[in-house]
Amino acid sequence: MQITPCTARVSTEDTVAMSPPETVRRPSLRNRIELMLPKLVLSPTLITTLIFVYGFIVWTTVLSFTRSRAFANLHWGGFTQYVRVWEHPRWHVAVMNLGVYASLYVLLCMAIGLMLAILLDQRIRLEGGLRAIFLYPMAISFIVTGTAWKWILNPGLGLTKLFHDWGWTGFQFNWIIDDHMAIYCVVIAAVWQASGFVMAMFLAGLRGIDQDMVKAASIDGARMPSIYRRIIIPQLRPAFVSAFVILVHLAVKSYELVVALTGAGPGYATELPSTFMYSFTFTRNELGMGAASAVMMLCTVAAIMVPYLYSELKPRSGRGAH
Amino acid sequence: MSQKGWDSPQMVMGRHNYVSRIVIYGLLTMFAIVYLVPLLVMMLTSFKPLPEVYSGNILALPHLWTLQPWLKAWGEACVGLDCSGVKGFFWNSTRLAVSAVAISTFIGALNGYVLTKWRFKGDNILFGLVLFGCFIPFQIVLIPMATFLGHIGLAQSITGLVFVHIVYGLCFTTLYFRNFYIAFPDELVKAAMIDGARFFRIFLRVLLPCSGSIVTVTVIWQFTNIWNDFLFGASFTTGSTAPITVALNNIVNTSTGVREYNVQMAAAVITALPTLLVYVVGGRYFVRGMMAGSVKG
Amino acid sequence: MASLHISNVRKAYGATEILKDINIDVTHGDFLVLVGPSGCGKSTLLSLIAGLDTISGGEIRIDSDRVNDLHPSERDIAMVFQSYALYPNMTVGQNISFGLEMRKVPKAERGKAVADAARLLQIDHLINRRPGQLSGGQRQRVAMGRALVRNPKIFLFDEPLSNLDAKLRVDMRTEIKKLHQRLGATIVYVTHDQIEAMTLATRIAVMKGGVIQQFGTPAEIYSTPANTFVATFMGSPSMNLIPATLNSEGGKLFITMGEARAAVKLELPEEQALTVFEHAGRKVIAGLRPEAIGVESSRNEHALREVEVTMQVMEPTGPDVLAIIELGGVEVSARLSADIPHATGERCKLRVDLSKLVIFDVQTEQRIG
Repeated sequence: MQITPCTARVSTEDTVAMSPPETVRRPSLRNRIELMLPKLVLSPTLITTLIFVYGFIVWTTVLSFTRSRAFANLHWGGFTQYVRVWEHPRWHVAVMNLGVYASLYVLLCMAIGLMLAILLDQRIRLEGGLRAIFLYPMAISFIVTGTAWKWILNPGLGLTKLFHDWGWTGFQFNWIIDDHMAIYCVVIAAVWQASGFVMAMFLAGLRGIDQDMVKAASIDGARMPSIYRRIIIPQLRPAFVSAFVILVHLAVKSYELVVALTGAGPGYATELPSTFMYSFTFTRNELGMGAASAVMMLCTVAAIMVPYLYSELKPRSGRGAH
Repeated sequence: MSQKGWDSPQMVMGRHNYVSRIVIYGLLTMFAIVYLVPLLVMMLTSFKPLPEVYSGNILALPHLWTLQPWLKAWGEACVGLDCSGVKGFFWNSTRLAVSAVAISTFIGALNGYVLTKWRFKGDNILFGLVLFGCFIPFQIVLIPMATFLGHIGLAQSITGLVFVHIVYGLCFTTLYFRNFYIAFPDELVKAAMIDGARFFRIFLRVLLPCSGSIVTVTVIWQFTNIWNDFLFGASFTTGSTAPITVALNNIVNTSTGVREYNVQMAAAVITALPTLLVYVVGGRYFVRGMMAGSVKG
Repeated sequence: MASLHISNVRKAYGATEILKDINIDVTHGDFLVLVGPSGCGKSTLLSLIAGLDTISGGEIRIDSDRVNDLHPSERDIAMVFQSYALYPNMTVGQNISFGLEMRKVPKAERGKAVADAARLLQIDHLINRRPGQLSGGQRQRVAMGRALVRNPKIFLFDEPLSNLDAKLRVDMRTEIKKLHQRLGATIVYVTHDQIEAMTLATRIAVMKGGVIQQFGTPAEIYSTPANTFVATFMGSPSMNLIPATLNSEGGKLFITMGEARAAVKLELPEEQALTVFEHAGRKVIAGLRPEAIGVESSRNEHALREVEVTMQVMEPTGPDVLAIIELGGVEVSARLSADIPHATGERCKLRVDLSKLVIFDVQTEQRIG
């Protein structure tokens, strides 16, 4: 038998594939159902959102433009209810309180949260335990927080009595029954509850910072405080923004804490828009005013949330080919 | 949030400054104490007999430890006109939380699955629409919802409250699962499709088994929020159908006769216990839940 | 085993055309490799074949069936992914049998099929482990096992070796080739590595910008590239492209390669001249692979020409030396024998094999000769 030398050419014949006669298959029923399934599955949530979020917002807004009092009616009232709200002294107090409360709340939470985060970032033993301590207030209800702090700030039996028993007999802490100072009690309790959360956010942000940058800065001769001030904290901007948005949002929504801590009192010294809305709607039978105040609350929140959400959810670069 | 060899700037610079260490630990300890005080005060007060509550101070240890306030809070405290303690309301909250959490988590999981693995035109917009619902102040829906529940006969009922919490919890659960599944490899879904699995099979056999952590996070977050809620409870239930937070507020804010602060504190601790327990046991997941709501999708 | 026919297939995402008029025909048992740079559309084309994405125009047929509207699970195909895509919550055995389970194959039969596949791929000792406990190479085999066990008409591979280290990649390449020879299966394989393409394929489709630049056997692609892109993409180091002119003098065709004063004028061998005589007088691009420069001996002695070159950089690779030389004023790479020492800056004579010369049009960059 002849064995061809390895160097000889072996011819390759290209066979042209003969295209067999075509058979067409239509998309089966099963496939067509499957194509619809995603939207079907999503639809209950979508429908409930459309009705119970957006629909209800519209409903309340419409209500705020009617002349409703104890019962809802559709008599057009224009801006009457809004005027009535703005002319009401309780609303003035509420808005001012919100301004004071929200600013202090945000500022203190961020300051304390940042400080605690930086402290905890210093390779602390028991970091886990300390973190857990700062965070547990987030786990309990605002009502419980309010109840606890109401007791602590009790004018006769709380802090005052504590310091008296410890020897400081001149001490007085009556803020909670003081018209002008009661709102600061709300601030104290609220900051206690939320600063741990802000701390957690900043801590996560700190952990995400490139160490090499810090090393480069120290080689360049920078001292620790400047490193923090000039390099690390500016890098925490996303965390600052997120914290700010969430805190403002929480501040506007604050209802339960005030109810438990002061009941919007003394009198209406710690009234906030949220408590105003509730009392006028459910206790004073002024649906229209309640609706108007709710709409204004929504607008305040939306002014902050909508730009924030939009920037977070902006479509990224389209699907690339590969 | 583990340390994983992170060097704090101080370490990086190699200076183990003794004084600054003391300052740091000192500050942290001080703050830790401040944070713990309210819990401590609640606990201490709840174990004191009433005379001691009035004669002592909030940080004084009980001379006479007693469980009376607890028993009273559980079985005899007056909530409105009903003086049978918080136990009924505790069960209300339990029933409420379990059903609402289960249903909203399940639906949220399916939503997250669809939004990430079965993309279609405009799905991001739909997601945005749903997401917005998380951020509205709930005062805006109180009036319509009260009317709506009245019309369908669910006013002042726990079922109605469950419904409300599901509806307004869906945005959170969808957010959590969507963020989680978006990082889940698409190729696994494609491989399952080629293997012959269809829509629900892929979800049940491939995605769900790998979702342990996010389910835990979602359940913990939902449970905490629903258990701790007051606004919806106060608006949509009354009397015997109220959740425990409403009951607690009633106990504390009724000003008849001598204030039984010890009973109030005991009731407060009872109210806080379930979520605190969940926090202690599932702390890691609790934190993740908190952060997931605030991080970019 | 089946044939695959891709006719006039287009794919567009909105206004962007990812694939433009793709035509490929593959017979039973062919190993088709889709190769090209990132973004050329090769993975998209694979997704279309698999049914993981919808076709914008044209049709795809497997054997005689038009599969455009069929779900992936109905096309009788199996796929191996770049990231292996193993189900993390299932054992190796369950991973492999998942597809069979979905098709309601009875348990006993499934077990046997899994055992056979595992034995073939030498992973039977890993049956009860989870993917997380396996190495990259082992996961690769499990992914292949999952595809094998389905006994599909067509196997699809999406850059399966990209995640492996260099040595493992070479080993697995041989494994895949052996598997192909053993099973005689029809395979469509996507890669950006031209070496993989050359070693594994029976047919290669070189793609760029959603268009097939050339479709043919590895030998054809290598020795007669259809355009300068294919010429430089395939082969490493890539083909030298030298600016040149063709001129006809005294009945013979000459090619002047290089830059102006230093240009080298060589007479074209007859078979070459016949193909390009109508382009006489024009500027062209001359393509010569490094191994065609510095030739010791060739079967086409009549096509060898001598040129004077300057050695610039020498890169010994072991079996030979890759030299960057100056030829006709232009920098080219040459593959020289390692036995003969050369010094940098040395000026010497090398022989060039013009039977391997490929000529491209300057404007269209298409091959003209």
